[in-house]
Amino acid sequence: MGFFWDSLVSAINLLLAADSELIHIVGVSLTVSSSSTLLASLAGIPLGLFLGFVNFLGKRVVITLFQTLLALPTVVVGLFVYVFISRRGIFGPFDLLYTKTAIVIGQTILIIPVVTVLTLAAISRMDRRYKDTALTLGAGPFTTARAVAWEARFGIMAAVAAAFGRVIAEVGISMMLGGNAKGFTRTMPTAMALEYDKGEFVLSIALGIILLALALGVNGFLQFFQGRARQ
Amino acid sequence: MKSFVTAMLCVLMLFSAFSVAWAQNPVLVMSTTTSTQASGLLDVLLPELEKDTGIKVKVIAKGTGAALKDGMDGNVDVVFVHAKEREHEFVQQGYGTMRFAVMHNDFVIVGPPADPAKIAGSKNAADSLKKIAASASPFISRGDDSGTHIMELDLWKSTGLPMDSKVTSTTQSGKQVDKVSISPADAAKWYFSIGQGMGKTLIFADEKRGYALTDRGTYIKYKYGSDTPVDLEILCEDDPVLHNIYGVIPVNPAKHPHVKHDLAMQFCQWLVSPKGQALINGYQLVGKQLFFPDAITIQTP
Repeated sequence: MGFFWDSLVSAINLLLAADSELIHIVGVSLTVSSSSTLLASLAGIPLGLFLGFVNFLGKRVVITLFQTLLALPTVVVGLFVYVFISRRGIFGPFDLLYTKTAIVIGQTILIIPVVTVLTLAAISRMDRRYKDTALTLGAGPFTTARAVAWEARFGIMAAVAAAFGRVIAEVGISMMLGGNAKGFTRTMPTAMALEYDKGEFVLSIALGIILLALALGVNGFLQFFQGRARQ
Repeated sequence: MKSFVTAMLCVLMLFSAFSVAWAQNPVLVMSTTTSTQASGLLDVLLPELEKDTGIKVKVIAKGTGAALKDGMDGNVDVVFVHAKEREHEFVQQGYGTMRFAVMHNDFVIVGPPADPAKIAGSKNAADSLKKIAASASPFISRGDDSGTHIMELDLWKSTGLPMDSKVTSTTQSGKQVDKVSISPADAAKWYFSIGQGMGKTLIFADEKRGYALTDRGTYIKYKYGSDTPVDLEILCEDDPVLHNIYGVIPVNPAKHPHVKHDLAMQFCQWLVSPKGQALINGYQLVGKQLFFPDAITIQTP
């Protein structure tokens, strides 16, 4: 029990001291994760809507495929991107490896399926009558999709929050593509992994507590907006 | 219901049968540095050890700092590391019973063939680091509290360049514990502290066309023993300060009664025996000797 107490006290001390290194790490984590969540949402939400509205041959296969990709291991994504952007890869000349951009690329690939599948689930739960009403009122397919998406906005918001949660806590991609370089690409989870490797368990858990507090902040922010929108 | 209970009992019996089978082969748990494992030395030593003594070794490869920490916490029976001063401290504080000097190899500074800092052929490590700093060429640091990292910091200190020190406080059992970490000052643009193993550090240096301090063994492995060899050259070597000494220490049973001290002693004595030392002496990778035996007790009666 003493161990967790130590970690909690250390976490609070780190925060109170406004440790410059810690702030940088938090900054990197937030920038990278929100960029990848934004990019994945731009791709995944339309994709989910498309799968929800348009019928085509092999649609169920595509949906199954996306659902399978939810289990995509971070190490596989990391390695896949690594092969392309390493100095010996096709995109080698762009010097992408071990940069924040590299992490964003990997994380975006990781969570596009998350956003897509959860968006699809959110709009599938909607009453069919929304769609039918919109169509009978003379809305085109595009406007109908927009109307249904608006009605399903809380579910879609949850999809985005789940995707953000996956990347903010993710180690594999950040480690392989970012390289955990201090002051450049060190994120909260890679910093935790490092402190564990160094045997600094208290510091590692302290960082974990701060990460959770951060996630709480982001989700509280989203919840606040949902509450506002509901009124 | 009855058949379920019978099935569970069978499974339980199976498990206990397995654990009895396991117990017959003594297993020694060892924390060691990444270099002994990555260089392939253990793959040669451990099978011979098992043949001679029947001891199986479970290897946990970490940086020296973490390996010693494992020993302090009683998670392992023996530590095999390379940071002489810290090892002596470990024994003095009663965590280990005694230190055996096993072998040594050396560190080298590697860098890109283009060598922007112009250090090729240097035999002075401190001077080379100064030139790297002056040219602001990328330098990749282990940054993980490993023996290599400790050596690197000692070298930076010896250059006389200004160093940044950074204190991180944590609370341990109610007491505040400060940990000081240092790195070269004004190096934010070129000093990469990545907190990963030696191999990763070399790959990072290769990608960034930067310099790194490495043990010779791991470098040879990544340069000559790999399908995608790193594009790095040895640019500074043979400075006496670059000596890298390995020691092995059994964990003290007075601190942790559950450790297998007898086995650990047997393991250490085997390592420093003529047989163990001869194996270390004969271990080569692509025609290059990686480790040089150090035990002074080699005497044939």
